[in-house]
Amino acid sequence: MTSLARKTTASGKLRRTKGVNTALLFIFLIYSFLPLFYLIVSSTKSNAELFSTFGLWFTSSFHLFSNVQEVFTHDGGIYLTWLWNTAYYTVLSAVGATFLATIAGYSFAKFRFRGRTLLFALVLGSIMIPQTALAIPLYLLLSKMALVNTPLAFILPSLVFPFGVYLMRVYAEQSIPDELLDAARVDGAGEFRIFFKVALRILAPGFVTVLLFAFVFTWNNYFLPLIVLSDPKLYTITVGLALWNSQASAGGGAQALFPLIITGSLLGIVPIIAAFLFLQRFWQGGLTFGSLK
Amino acid sequence: MTSRVPPAEDRSKRSEGASAAPRGRRRVLHAGIPYVFILPFMLWFLVFLVLPLVYALGLSVFETRLVGGNAFVGLDNYTRAFGDANFWEGVRRMVVFGIFQVPIMLGMALAFALVLDSGTIWLRSLFRLGFYLPYAVPSVVAALIWGYLYGPSFGPFTQLAELLNFPTPNFLSDRLMLASIANIVTWEFTGYNMIIMYAALQSLPAELDDAGAVDGAKGWQIALYIKVPMIRSAIFLTVIFSIIGTLQLFNEPQVMYAIAPQVIRDHYTPNLYAYTLAFTNQQYNYSAAISFVLGAVVVVFSYTFMLLTNRGELRSR
Repeated sequence: MTSLARKTTASGKLRRTKGVNTALLFIFLIYSFLPLFYLIVSSTKSNAELFSTFGLWFTSSFHLFSNVQEVFTHDGGIYLTWLWNTAYYTVLSAVGATFLATIAGYSFAKFRFRGRTLLFALVLGSIMIPQTALAIPLYLLLSKMALVNTPLAFILPSLVFPFGVYLMRVYAEQSIPDELLDAARVDGAGEFRIFFKVALRILAPGFVTVLLFAFVFTWNNYFLPLIVLSDPKLYTITVGLALWNSQASAGGGAQALFPLIITGSLLGIVPIIAAFLFLQRFWQGGLTFGSLK
Repeated sequence: MTSRVPPAEDRSKRSEGASAAPRGRRRVLHAGIPYVFILPFMLWFLVFLVLPLVYALGLSVFETRLVGGNAFVGLDNYTRAFGDANFWEGVRRMVVFGIFQVPIMLGMALAFALVLDSGTIWLRSLFRLGFYLPYAVPSVVAALIWGYLYGPSFGPFTQLAELLNFPTPNFLSDRLMLASIANIVTWEFTGYNMIIMYAALQSLPAELDDAGAVDGAKGWQIALYIKVPMIRSAIFLTVIFSIIGTLQLFNEPQVMYAIAPQVIRDHYTPNLYAYTLAFTNQQYNYSAAISFVLGAVVVVFSYTFMLLTNRGELRSR
């Protein structure tokens, strides 16, 4: 009887703790969603309604489709070009960067070779370099190579993802048993074959993690495309939206560009959030970095 | 195939050693293979990271003159940078920013990660996903949305304040701008840092909770005294990233610059200043020097932190 009573108090206490914790986290969840909710609400409003109605709730009229249409047709449909550019730059960069990072990270994790510690320290140290320290000389170098203002000016530097190498090294160290590689070697498999047929399969969750990071990082990158691309036809979503924003602000704040920026922002984050939600089930496995749980 | 079967006695020796030696320590079977594997990355790394740096270093010791082209000026640009009030104003601003914003953000991230990990919560995956979602939003878009939310003309906070007859807060004023930007950064990165800590917590053995409970420790005591020290390398990583990110802040203030140019000005952050110098004033040489001094400031702060915590997890990994 006593043990039963104790059990009920314990579970009651646990439920109370759960309630308090859930409530606390809920506050932060509202904070996290608030700007996105505002974005969705605002994208259904006309320019006049943005000023005249309460920002955090819908109005009776629904202007989403006309706003979307306006975004897609403004300035000869330049937004669609930006969307396409971003997708194309991002997919190429993210896949390439992830592949380079995976094979390098695997090598750092599973081989011992002369210069390994030094090279890895160099790669890791590069994370600390300020963007500008790189971006300005990169711009000058790329202009010497006649690459400035071409898609390659953004894609080629985006293939270097040192943080990805770090993640893949940790992941490979924890997830690939040396014994497995040795067994494959005993069976007579070459190192390339082992990497592609054995290691890459085990590394798949880590690969997806790094891919997601690289994807988000490139899609959201602003500084590099801002510097190396000057033709609006080559812009990415982020640079394009910032351009509209400065045009709207320069126009005294009363221009009809506001619905464009708001709806354009919403449309610009839909693909990245979709990719994120789609990949997150792989990614959750990946982020625990091969823990055996 | 090029692979060679190691002699039997070699293998037995290796597996003996493997149990005692740390993981990852292994015999080189083919001296060339690891280099072939890291070559593509290192090549890119060299061309698009090391080369620009070397080039910038070269730039920073020259000066472009209207007459006579480039002239070697030695450390002149650096001397100028060290005495440049605009630059140090930006650094000072970012230090103030970091002293408040980084502990708040990482403190919340750690608390949320511990709660999520403890399992004393409902809807765990909703929170995990919801908190991380802002990180997927481009910082430009985040700054734009918050800019509208803050806005004095149709921002909902202003609307609410007017409705309730409160004084309208001017989030974009000189006094509040830094806090307003800090809020955007906190919104963007709390979930990201939480995920890094949460992943580290998830990789701890489950027996920790049971062992702690047997010893009579409460849930929060296990969390604070056992788990937090065990994930210190993950926490360390988030602090270093935050220091670097803070000193390099650019996107958010740059977007705010378009909205409130009188408040932000062109040297609000050191990075914004370097950008203005290079792309508005065409002073590439001086801008390169500024970037290097900023890099040095980042290294000094990161290193000080490493020394203070008295360990070099980053290096030993």
